[in-house]
Amino acid sequence: MLEALVSLLPDMVVDNAAALLVVIPLIFAGLCVFMPNGRSAWALTVLGSVASAMCALVLLQQVQAHGVVSYHLGGFAPPLGIEFRVDALNVLFLLLVAAIGVLAAIFSWPTVSAEIQREKHTLFYAAHLVCYTGLAGVAITGDAFNLFVFLEVSSISTYVLVALGGTRDRRAFPAAFDYLLMGTIGATFFVIGVGFLYAATGTLNMVDMGNRLALIEPGNRAVVAGFAFIVVGLGLKAAMWPLHQWLPNAYAYAPSFVTMFLSATATKVAIYALIRFIFTIFTPEYTFDALTLSWIFAPLAMIAMLVCSFQAVFQTDVRRMLAYSSVAQVGYMLLGISIGTSAGLSAGMFHLVNHGVMKGALFMAVAGIVLTHKGTRINDFAGLGRVAPLTMTAFAIAALSLIGMPLTAGFQSKWTLLQATLDGGWELAAVVIVASSFLAVIYMGRILQAIFFQAPVNPRKVRQEAPLLLLIPLWVLTLATLYIGVQADWLIALTEAAAKASFLSGGIL
Amino acid sequence: MLQFILERANYWAIIALMMVGLYITFQSANMIKRLVGLSIFQTSVFLFYITLGKVAGGSAPILFGRDAKGHGDGGHGDEGGHAASAGDAAAHAGSSAHVASGDGHAVEAAYGSSEGLIEIYSNPLPHVLILTAIVVGVATLAVGLALVVRIRESYGSIESDEVRLLDIQAADAQDADDVVEAVG
Repeated sequence: MLEALVSLLPDMVVDNAAALLVVIPLIFAGLCVFMPNGRSAWALTVLGSVASAMCALVLLQQVQAHGVVSYHLGGFAPPLGIEFRVDALNVLFLLLVAAIGVLAAIFSWPTVSAEIQREKHTLFYAAHLVCYTGLAGVAITGDAFNLFVFLEVSSISTYVLVALGGTRDRRAFPAAFDYLLMGTIGATFFVIGVGFLYAATGTLNMVDMGNRLALIEPGNRAVVAGFAFIVVGLGLKAAMWPLHQWLPNAYAYAPSFVTMFLSATATKVAIYALIRFIFTIFTPEYTFDALTLSWIFAPLAMIAMLVCSFQAVFQTDVRRMLAYSSVAQVGYMLLGISIGTSAGLSAGMFHLVNHGVMKGALFMAVAGIVLTHKGTRINDFAGLGRVAPLTMTAFAIAALSLIGMPLTAGFQSKWTLLQATLDGGWELAAVVIVASSFLAVIYMGRILQAIFFQAPVNPRKVRQEAPLLLLIPLWVLTLATLYIGVQADWLIALTEAAAKASFLSGGIL
Repeated sequence: MLQFILERANYWAIIALMMVGLYITFQSANMIKRLVGLSIFQTSVFLFYITLGKVAGGSAPILFGRDAKGHGDGGHGDEGGHAASAGDAAAHAGSSAHVASGDGHAVEAAYGSSEGLIEIYSNPLPHVLILTAIVVGVATLAVGLALVVRIRESYGSIESDEVRLLDIQAADAQDADDVVEAVG
């Protein structure tokens, strides 16, 4: 099927897919600004996202056929030139970002026109495309400093997007400001780390850097300091506990569309960068044996899973609750990474993709409720199961997946994660996974109880579904949750290939 | 010990600036001051990169003296000019190839023996990187200041703790409304 798609596209597109994936949305972002109204900007956004997703599929086919795709920007050969490098690891993240990008673009029209002032629509879509460009760029680049630039491209546009929620709720402004401070400190820490590694190796190309680091004796303090700065910097971007303080407010007060897009992609891409540095630029032997990374990541991950799930139980705002749950879920992914085995990494990434899909669905459903009923507190959700059955059924399925019910994606990935922890001999971690899932039952149960078993607060509210443009992407994500829950082999194959690629490439590329 | 400290005076200055910046960012309640702190913090990182690129005894990375003449002795007219610029390009390639092959912590040493170059130059690459980082920093600062303007417009204050207090009061008022609604 992929071959058929690739053979349909012109050679020029296939050869330059890596560059086009990033360049198309960037150019379209520029065009959006000049569009006369929001509708045409929206059409451009959908078009750009679809074209970019096509490139991601082409890259998937090329990676499966040839192993690694290396694209030299401007024809300058690496390690001097900047390289876009796609292997089994980052093609997974490119696909996630691209798929969510397309669905988010389709769903954006009804919610953006309701929540953003009319004259800002074109600018909003432009900012969204720039954000998408940055995230895709982080996932695709093979140059450490280029990664920083893309990280900041996506972050700066994210601050703007979050702040646009301020017309509805002024608390978005301080939330965006805090996010800006924390995000900039994180990115600057990352640059310091890259500076140390550059001083030690004299190169910025990731593959080259990995090769040179392998030659440096393990005790080199510049390398250790660089690694520490990078882990803290990217940990801030990935909302690793306790560096997550920016996340709940930013997610709770941003426009619904922004929350949905960010929750499914932004932290995921930061985790990708973390995996890239821990496993392929540094080797797992170095990071886990010499620096005992497991002892740093695993406790933080487990605390996140318990504490943030616990905090989620006491939230009265649905979006805040889901935001705390996101931090807890980041804990699951980091736990998978911290085991330091191929199975653990694969399970972590499997959960990462699943979480992107189900959190995307949850926030989409919440966006639908914001649209039709203007409220995000749990009280506002009372009785909505009767008023908007289609939206709320999708919400319920995604919520069950978040809890980890069998036959849903969440169960599959939690199960693989559980197996990976037990194989690694981490019984305590297995207990924490189960306990955290139990807390998820409580906090998701509170919302589901309000939705399906309480009488509507306002009986005059007639049956009112979210618009079709919102329902279609919502149900695509929901059905994907169910499909992965039943038939996960293809996705597990992708994550296992990704994990294998990150272990193989360590230091010997 | 003293020598160890003094030899790294540039790094101590950077660390001091970095700490000052971070401290202001965390300690101050005034949002403008927090942005100032953030800028100082970022600037210290710019300096860190620039000091990394400095090679002892090296000049600014612009070809000069014997390097600038190029390889061909040059004939006359256009042809000669062309040969010289080709020589420049080759020399550039030589110097940048060295950036990549600089090994371990001995990057500086590698520069001393740049093949094809007679004079010693500082490493231009970190400077170029920092130009990009400065642009990013300016953009961040601009967005941050714009946010402060909007916060001031909607809260009437740019003190973090006052803003937080206003938020808490608003939330309490809403909770009270809910209770009234539930009772009524």
